[in-house]
Amino acid sequence: MDHMPENWGRPRSDVYGSYQHAIHSAGPQSHTQVPSITGTSVIAMKFNNGVILAADNLGSYGSLARFTDQERLIKVGKETVVGFSGDASDMQYLESMLERLIIEDNYEQDGHNFRAPHIYEYLSRVMYNRRSKVDPLWNAILVAGKKDDGSPFLGYVDLLGITYSSPCIATGYGAYLAIPLLRKLVSEDEDAKNVTEEQARAAIDESMKVLFYRDARSLDKYTVATVTLDGNVKFDKDVRCQNMNWRFAEGIRGYGTQKQ
Amino acid sequence: MTSIGTGYDLSNSVFSPDGRNFQVEYASKAVEADGTAIGIRCADGVVFAVEKIVSSKLLVPGANKKIQTIDKHVGVAYSGLTPDGRHLVDRGRSESYSWRGLYKSPIGVPILADRLSGYVQAYTCYSSVRPFGVSVIVGGVDKSGPHLYTIEPSGAFWGYMGAATGKGRQAAKSELEKLDLPNISARDAVKAAAKIIYIAHDDSKDKDFELEISWVSTSETGGDHQFVPKDLLDEAERLAKAEDDDDDDDDDEMDED
Repeated sequence: MDHMPENWGRPRSDVYGSYQHAIHSAGPQSHTQVPSITGTSVIAMKFNNGVILAADNLGSYGSLARFTDQERLIKVGKETVVGFSGDASDMQYLESMLERLIIEDNYEQDGHNFRAPHIYEYLSRVMYNRRSKVDPLWNAILVAGKKDDGSPFLGYVDLLGITYSSPCIATGYGAYLAIPLLRKLVSEDEDAKNVTEEQARAAIDESMKVLFYRDARSLDKYTVATVTLDGNVKFDKDVRCQNMNWRFAEGIRGYGTQKQ
Repeated sequence: MTSIGTGYDLSNSVFSPDGRNFQVEYASKAVEADGTAIGIRCADGVVFAVEKIVSSKLLVPGANKKIQTIDKHVGVAYSGLTPDGRHLVDRGRSESYSWRGLYKSPIGVPILADRLSGYVQAYTCYSSVRPFGVSVIVGGVDKSGPHLYTIEPSGAFWGYMGAATGKGRQAAKSELEKLDLPNISARDAVKAAAKIIYIAHDDSKDKDFELEISWVSTSETGGDHQFVPKDLLDEAERLAKAEDDDDDDDDDEMDED
């Protein structure tokens, strides 16, 4: 007689072998629970004739600057640019997923094609669906392009499925360092009407420089993409931070081992 | 066909004593009854053109396209039973879609043609099915350059520099032979294709037809399969019509003589 009530009704260990405790901890299958190769901020803002985005070309492996030729802005369809920060493998997965989406859309050559809001809606459902499986795609994503009415579109979606739109958006460190600089030009949607492409580009270049100064996972080589309202997408690759001045670094105290 | 009515043509996949598969030959007849489709392999791509017979004035213009896209870089044009062509295009799409999923790269045109022809051939082997009633011109640009194939109802597939199927294929083929293939530019090939469709068209049998032209070209479309822009289609059609009318005038003059 087994006097331990917790064993009653269970398969007997002497007959079936002892209980495998690994079964207890078995959970749903998951893949990227921690990002591996990562990309840092993507920054973007609207201007009077479209949207401009930038992302540097670094693929970090932890704190190691592992890849310096990582392209993180991709063109999707005819007139949309998607910018990825976060895990590079999940970015590549979404990239091929979006490419197949566009191919299927082009089966019917009916003159209609996906615009930025449609791609954004699709991506946001994919991201929320994956977070609901507790298997998120480890990215924060910006989608830029044109709305159906021809006005500029800019949207954000991340690994939790959080979405929002704003005339200036930045992911990661950019949300802290670039947004204040970009909002000096455009803080409300209406402000974008008074900002030219040249002004917007200057603000983006300045923000990328500040990010390179302060973000330890960034690179001074980046890509700028511009979507204009006539439906053109322009990529400016291998852009370098200009007129950098590191004299301020001497004055920085409080990190590392300095005493004074 | 002397062997018709001898019983060897009633079931698919049955050989006649002289080694023919009649059901496949009858499928080819369905192809020969439909409008002409041509494909031209040019310097950096492929051009498709179709004479789509308009059976009723009530049909919406531009509906029921006979040129379709299989993948970004691959197009098809076909003559024969349209639903059979539609089904084969669906098969081609799923083949190239799953190739992308597996290999993260676009499918090669020769591989796609090989797989589709294997699918078509299987429909000649079983008594429970009938062969495809279409000849499909498959073409596109992949990393090894432009390719053009025709898949016949038997499942045979041949590579071509210029291909033609359907009613006017004989006239179209002799016109294709006059072109400087494969050195012709994509733009010139579009104009030549329009001309050939007009030449192959028989006014006395079918009055109305729609001209469909599409292309895949490295220089013109960035390697994507698309219908040609409206202004180019209109220009090609105008030139083709002008030439066709000239020929008719010549004929008239000869009649007068």
